[in-house]
Amino acid sequence: MTEFFAAPVNPAWIILAAGLLIAALPWHSARKAVMLLSPVVALFFWLKMNAFGTFAPIDIDTIGAGIQTFRFDGLSRIWGLIFIIAAFLNALYALHDRDRLQDAMSVLYGGAAMAAVFAGDLITLFVFWEMTAFTSVFLIWRTGTAAARNAGIRYLLMHIGSGVLLLAGAVLLHAQTGSWAFEHIGLEAGLAGWLILIGFGIKAAFPLLHSWLQDAYPKATITGAVVLSAFTTKMAIYALARGYAGTEILIYVGVIMALFPVFFAVIENDLRRVLSFSINNQLGFMVVGIGIGTSLGINGAAAHAFADVLFKGLLFMSMGAVLYRTGTTKASELGGLFRSMPITAFFCLIGAGSISAFPFLSAFVTKALILAAVADEGHWIIWLALVFASAGVLEHAGIKIPYFSFFAHDSGRRVKEAPWNMLVAMGIAAFLSIFIGVNHRWLYALLPYANDYEPYTLGHIVGQMQLLLAAIFAFALLMRLGWYPSEKRMTILDVDWFWRKPGKALGQWVYAIIARLWAHALRGLDKALSGVSAILATFLSPDGAFSRSFPAGAVAGWAAAFLTLALLAVYMAG
Amino acid sequence: MSALLIADFLAWMPAWLLMQTAALLVVTPLLSGPIALILSRGRLAWIWAVVISLATFALTLILYAQVLEHGSVQYAFGDWAPPLGITYNIDALNMLILLIVAGMGVLSVFYGLPSVLKEIAPRDQAPFFAAFLLCLTGLLGVTITGDAFNVFVFLEISSISTYILIAMGGKQDRRALTASFSYLVLGTIGATFFVIGIGLLYMATGTLNMADITAQLHLRGDDRVVRAAFAFIVIGLGLKTAMFPLHTWLPNAYAYSPTVVGAFLASTATKVAFYAMVRFTLGVFLPDSPFNHAFLGFVLTPMAVAAMIICSVQALYQTDLRKLLAYSSVAQLGYMLLGLSIGTAAGVSAGLLHLFNHALLKGGLFMGLGIFALTYGVRQVQDLRGLGKTMPVTAAAFTVCGLSLIGAPFFAGFVSKYYLITAALEHGWWWAVIAILASSVLAIFYVGRMLEAMYLHPAPKTKGRSKKARTTKAPVLAIAPLVVLAVANIWFFFDASLPKGLADAAAMALLGGGAP
Repeated sequence: MTEFFAAPVNPAWIILAAGLLIAALPWHSARKAVMLLSPVVALFFWLKMNAFGTFAPIDIDTIGAGIQTFRFDGLSRIWGLIFIIAAFLNALYALHDRDRLQDAMSVLYGGAAMAAVFAGDLITLFVFWEMTAFTSVFLIWRTGTAAARNAGIRYLLMHIGSGVLLLAGAVLLHAQTGSWAFEHIGLEAGLAGWLILIGFGIKAAFPLLHSWLQDAYPKATITGAVVLSAFTTKMAIYALARGYAGTEILIYVGVIMALFPVFFAVIENDLRRVLSFSINNQLGFMVVGIGIGTSLGINGAAAHAFADVLFKGLLFMSMGAVLYRTGTTKASELGGLFRSMPITAFFCLIGAGSISAFPFLSAFVTKALILAAVADEGHWIIWLALVFASAGVLEHAGIKIPYFSFFAHDSGRRVKEAPWNMLVAMGIAAFLSIFIGVNHRWLYALLPYANDYEPYTLGHIVGQMQLLLAAIFAFALLMRLGWYPSEKRMTILDVDWFWRKPGKALGQWVYAIIARLWAHALRGLDKALSGVSAILATFLSPDGAFSRSFPAGAVAGWAAAFLTLALLAVYMAG
Repeated sequence: MSALLIADFLAWMPAWLLMQTAALLVVTPLLSGPIALILSRGRLAWIWAVVISLATFALTLILYAQVLEHGSVQYAFGDWAPPLGITYNIDALNMLILLIVAGMGVLSVFYGLPSVLKEIAPRDQAPFFAAFLLCLTGLLGVTITGDAFNVFVFLEISSISTYILIAMGGKQDRRALTASFSYLVLGTIGATFFVIGIGLLYMATGTLNMADITAQLHLRGDDRVVRAAFAFIVIGLGLKTAMFPLHTWLPNAYAYSPTVVGAFLASTATKVAFYAMVRFTLGVFLPDSPFNHAFLGFVLTPMAVAAMIICSVQALYQTDLRKLLAYSSVAQLGYMLLGLSIGTAAGVSAGLLHLFNHALLKGGLFMGLGIFALTYGVRQVQDLRGLGKTMPVTAAAFTVCGLSLIGAPFFAGFVSKYYLITAALEHGWWWAVIAILASSVLAIFYVGRMLEAMYLHPAPKTKGRSKKARTTKAPVLAIAPLVVLAVANIWFFFDASLPKGLADAAAMALLGGGAP
């Protein structure tokens, strides 16, 4: 027994086994107990790991590979921990849910993400990469609407495609290097490097590959959205940090990711969709950190991913609670809920403050690492863009989310406070967000590289407060001037008025042009294809020339002709 | 299996059995065929066929142990020394095929009872099993023998019994009769070409023993008679293998025969013919002679690629499920022929490995369809709607085999395609890789169509009630072999040492040379 406890155990197996158990257990309360306990057990095994290394390799001869399912090092350690915490919070948040399939799938999904993070080779990574897709899609489908079903299918297609790209790249890489190990890949690897990068990029919601996120997450179930927000994208960030640290293109990709969602998030009415855009924006910061690739940059990406799971989860939880009690998360239909849901409102404010990087809250100590890394490398334009994006975060996530749901004009809704389990889950997430903000040394000690950065300097605090206050001032000023008459309008849209009208018109114009060009191209393609397919059908369809039942005589003649051909071929040969 | 274990096993076997294994393997089913006829009752004949096929399989395993122990096994009938008497000569190449034929024989017999009872008239049931055992005899005989004329004899035994087996589908669908007739005509033409080739070869070398022919060819060098013999033999076998333009008999034969026959033939008959093709091109004729290169390069290669692409498209268009699978079989045979035409040890090994995997997966797919046909009368792709829910086990096993056909990772089909691609790349045939990938994409679509109907569409309503209301229970006897095949399709991804070891050894023995 002591030996059993001495051996290193992959925490992911605990969660995956719990997922299978939950699928099999017929009793609701037993399922919930397993769901809550499994992260605790996993945490026990995580704490017990006192050395880095790769454990329990398995050899598979067919593909000539050693499968390494458990690599515990600086990078996978912190991701493992935050996924364990997320699994626990999700279990707590979903305690009231009586949905066996969703429970099983969400636990398996978390376990798969964890196993992917601990994977030491590309085959294992691929398996769990795909498994996250197959399991998480149920969290979308369980909403039960046709829109959710279709969004789920689109989501699944994108994610399976991502895995296929990963596998194709891995096979190419194996052909080049003879190894399946998942180490630094980089774009030096040529086509393989690009394929894997795009595969990772889909899950990390790179610009142009991001649409599944805003499409699917808002349509997920209440608990589903919380679960989804924790794992998939953060797993992708881990994979990028492992394989593409210091790849310069990621800096620019990351900046675009951090910037573009700001605009979309501001005009969006569905608050869960706003949060989905905000995921994108936060991922942008992490991707920039990975693109910088210095130890400070990677540390920043890891720390920010850790904090993001907590505060983004917290925001999704609070919006989930609102959705659970009111049945909507449309900004235009909400407002004034702080009267009836004061505790949720309080936690939501903590989440909003965290994401906006208020001092003594989590993002303040994590985002600073990334900005410092950018500054250290002298990318001043990138740095300014990120500062602007930070102000944008405050605008759409820091103010918009709490303001329109809990304050603003009173929607007149009087509902009950969120269920206790949701409140406890939110409370823990809020506590951890504050804890990290205050005890940043604790988080810094977990980072992959040694870190002596000090976020609480006078300059940093003052600078950040200036930024935040300016953004709040801008918001207040526009409100005071009445530039967004939220009380009169059904659809509430805020400070974006001045770019929304011309910007949207421009966007619509570009869209219309592209749509027309696209339609033309499609029509042309269609015509060309229909020509080809007509020819194909003539010969190959069941009634086609090649598929009809031939009279035996004709085939006999055919065989004779073929024999002649073969005779000619062998006679003519050298 | 460790070497020690095999030695122990062989030591434990009685000596006479070890001496006579090779002969018994063919004689047992040959003599028991007529006995099945005498038994005259369907079920009784079935029990007999089960016993015999199990015995045959056991003999195959004993032979396998011997091959593992000694590398190869020779058996001379009546103790007549090789060039004069008939010899059986078992090496890695035909051992692989024997395992498939005997294994699929057992599974098909177990699977066959419900199909036979339902699809074949009572008075034909005992003759069916007789014909089945004779067909098994013929296929084993072609594979095991080391005598060129003996190949022809057994080829005819298997063919004639196959015509009968296919024609027995006539109770279900009269088109089975024309299918059988057209196969009879073409099969006879193929056999005639083949026997003409053997005659020419005999004329040129004065011997019928395969090893001796090779030795004589070495001495004689190459001339027109030998070349003509070569062309007649490969085209004759090409007809039997359903090589691309000569495959037209196959779709109808598979589609209209009784379901068990489709499953058995799809996994054995063309495979054995392909084996004979490999044996003659690389084993009997000299692999490095110019006409061999010309045939492999200019005739076989284009036909293989054409089969892979054209027949996959045909499969895509098909609505009849068994024809869909039949066209897919021709396309998959293209993969094997491509492996042969690459002509390196790695290519031949990959082709043989694909042969092994394809036998497992196509046998499984035909069995799955057979079960669907028995319970719900499924014939068309659209008939599959909702079966994922109604028959979850069968559907799951069918899906496994389908994914293996596509070549998805974690299924056996992936392994052989992987080796085939590697072999093509090593040989510098990047265009062949493109063809393999294109054909695999087509396979995704034609398999995807079936899976889509099965899982994503609701079962059709009959008189306002869903199909579920009148579930007919699928016979366990039929499902068990299918599940065995599905498990095998997963197993041989993770541990392909059995087929890979045999295929490598075979390819090395044929082509000499270094490790594949």
